[in-house]
Amino acid sequence: MSLPDARTQAAIATNRFGIGARPGEIAEASGDPRGWLLRQVAAGPSPIPGGARLPTSAEAIARADAQARLDEARARARETKAEPTAMAKAPAAPRYDIYTEEVAARGRSALETDRPFPERLVWFWSNHFSVSVDKAAVRAVAGAMEREAIRPHVLGRFEDMLLAVIHHPAMIFYLDNQLSLGPASPRGEASRRGLNENLGREVMELHTVGVSAGYTQADVTTFAKALTGWTVDRREDAGRRFGTFLFSPDMHEPGPKTIMGRTYPQEGEDQAVAVLQDLARHPATARHIAGKLARHFIADRPPEAAVDALAHTFLDTGGDLTAVARRLVALDVAWSESPDKLKSPNEYIVSAMRGLGVETEEAVIMLRSVSMLGQRPFAAPSPAGWPDTAQDWAAPSAVYQRLEWAARVGQQVGPGLRQPGSLVGEMLGGQARPTLADAVDRAASGAQAVALLLASPEFQWR
Amino acid sequence: MPTRRQILGSMAALPLMGLAFPQVSWATRARGDARFAFVVLRGALDGLAAVPAYGDGDFVRHRGPASDRLTLDDTFGLNPALPHLHEMYGKHEALVLHAVATPYRQRSHFSGQDVLESGLSSEIGTRDGWLGRALPRNAAGVRAMALGEAVPLVLRGGPGVSSWAPMRENVLDDDTLHRIEALYGDDQLLSRSLAAALNTGQIAREGGLDENGPALSGPRERFLGLMTAAGRFLAAPDGPRIAVIDIGGWDTHNQQAGRLKRQLAILDDGLAALRDNLGAAWGQTAVLLATEFGRTAAINGTGGTDHGTGAAAFLAGGAVAGGRVIADWPGLADGQLFEARDLRPTTDLRAVAKGVLRDHLNLARADLDRTVFPDSAAVRPMDGLIRG
Repeated sequence: MSLPDARTQAAIATNRFGIGARPGEIAEASGDPRGWLLRQVAAGPSPIPGGARLPTSAEAIARADAQARLDEARARARETKAEPTAMAKAPAAPRYDIYTEEVAARGRSALETDRPFPERLVWFWSNHFSVSVDKAAVRAVAGAMEREAIRPHVLGRFEDMLLAVIHHPAMIFYLDNQLSLGPASPRGEASRRGLNENLGREVMELHTVGVSAGYTQADVTTFAKALTGWTVDRREDAGRRFGTFLFSPDMHEPGPKTIMGRTYPQEGEDQAVAVLQDLARHPATARHIAGKLARHFIADRPPEAAVDALAHTFLDTGGDLTAVARRLVALDVAWSESPDKLKSPNEYIVSAMRGLGVETEEAVIMLRSVSMLGQRPFAAPSPAGWPDTAQDWAAPSAVYQRLEWAARVGQQVGPGLRQPGSLVGEMLGGQARPTLADAVDRAASGAQAVALLLASPEFQWR
Repeated sequence: MPTRRQILGSMAALPLMGLAFPQVSWATRARGDARFAFVVLRGALDGLAAVPAYGDGDFVRHRGPASDRLTLDDTFGLNPALPHLHEMYGKHEALVLHAVATPYRQRSHFSGQDVLESGLSSEIGTRDGWLGRALPRNAAGVRAMALGEAVPLVLRGGPGVSSWAPMRENVLDDDTLHRIEALYGDDQLLSRSLAAALNTGQIAREGGLDENGPALSGPRERFLGLMTAAGRFLAAPDGPRIAVIDIGGWDTHNQQAGRLKRQLAILDDGLAALRDNLGAAWGQTAVLLATEFGRTAAINGTGGTDHGTGAAAFLAGGAVAGGRVIADWPGLADGQLFEARDLRPTTDLRAVAKGVLRDHLNLARADLDRTVFPDSAAVRPMDGLIRG
């Protein structure tokens, strides 16, 4: 298969592997598009601007709990018309919403990074390990999970990312594991409560081996039992451990467990860790991850050979995600001239803001439109995450909403542009057809030029 | 032991399909005014909470007493959060199906929804949906609508499918639109979607829908807004005749009583909004409400239920021969449960859908057996769901 010319390759590197070309980026990549990506792989994702100011998940949980206690005290005072306690009387400080801060920080990172390929990998893995802020307990910690458990590992080992995610309070809350009690555990025997198999099932089905790996209902239930006791420390005397992962022996189902034909004699936390390690190294996991990566980077229905290649690398290297990323960049089929991936709303809006060079804080506000276009951050409709094919994002109402958004951005940004025509080359390089450059040149206004550029097929596909 | 109930309609043996039902061309359909809506309940609705089988001696053991139920008959009740549905049932405009399931027998939401929507016997080979394939090939204009931001799988693969969601912006002018259409010349997906959206906007304006109404925030406002819109679209003289609406929030693994009460109330109010906005067309309407699978018979360790098998489904509308519970009830005793945990499915949901498509939308049996629900000849369309 022959590769497209260098200018087109550079556009593919920035738009298909990256998250949308910023002015000058295509020129920068055009000398050696593959090398440009591999240098980013070596460097890893950039630090989040202002990330050090964001609370850790433990701090976020402590704050959210304190806020909830305060709200409750105020509500009780209102209800009973009683003399409010000192705590409830305290002046209401402007509410600090961690979720909003996290979304803004994530936006800044995407807008400013000069390592867009690892940034896309953060999006990919964050969606693979999807959690939703529609569950109240998750709201404070969804962003922290991406920063603490995903971002450090996107070019590390899959096993490490899996262990970090399943230990993380956001995932534990999202899939109810803090509620799950081993039926024969001390607390299970003393209580009417018991097992909740939600986390066990989704780890197998969505995060690792995949639904067609041949596991049974008994495997799911047994794995859920192995995971009992994986909870979050909210004990009053937890001190500095408050809000961190806790293995609670009182909740853990005792005894050896057999899952997918292998017996795990370990006691305590080590048992589920051993299961997770085996799941991470399972050939079905390699295949499942390879298929999702190929679908994300190559085509909605990726060629089998590409999936095979990525799965082999994953398996041969024990899930080394740097090796997998390098293999992906090396695949000629990933550089096909005709793009097969329709941008999701998040990809669409971020790439527009990057391409138009909108100032970061203004762009952060404009990124909020992503909810209107159907992809509210950290709020995928199910643990499977956002869908990843063109059909999922191209419903008539969705396409029309996008065009309305493009027209409004044109009105906001277009009048200040001196040369809208130059944007075509800066944002799309060799991917733009001459007809698009003509249409943008002949636009009736700067606003319309921007609207046409953002509406174009070349900009909507990557 | 509960009595085994057979309330299925006429069981008279039908001749082998394909012989008695020669292929009927898509063009020869009558009843052009029949409306059909499919409400997809995503996340696995707990059928035993929505439709408690209080007359089954084992029900209390699994679920406790269903004392504040709305009564359907001497075995089944309805969750008290469903008063509109109960009223429709009383007027013979709704029927309740229980212990139903698609052919899917595992417990993944995602595969389960694929089977529910694709109409295949497993999730392998999922490409498009049974309702999409049921659309007439020669349709002109908008024939079917998805309400919301996406076209769900069940409606994919058909001609004349559009979607609608309320818009917050309204800044796109005609000149820009024409120029965009020119850019979309050889982009099939985008040009088709844009054409359908423009066509739909026209119908919405004629139907008096406020296209630029406030965006629907919150699950309740959203569902009521979409059901209202569905009613208006289906009522429009030149509007679509098929609508699909999604509602999630049914995956109740913990503390489900309160959550289900709120969620069922949203569903019930949405159904009433659909009826009210259909106006006189309600009399020509059938609405199927179904979920990917049911939940465990027993309450789990955290006051919720885990993924199960047999489920409840509903068929409502003025065209429905309602006022009945249709259930070949398998019982809830330990030996009667599916894999010792779930309500055992005894009715194939495809039989229900096929019955509605045949008797309400006049699809031919051969098409139903081969195209709409591939390889389903052994699943007979259920008789008598639609008023004669």
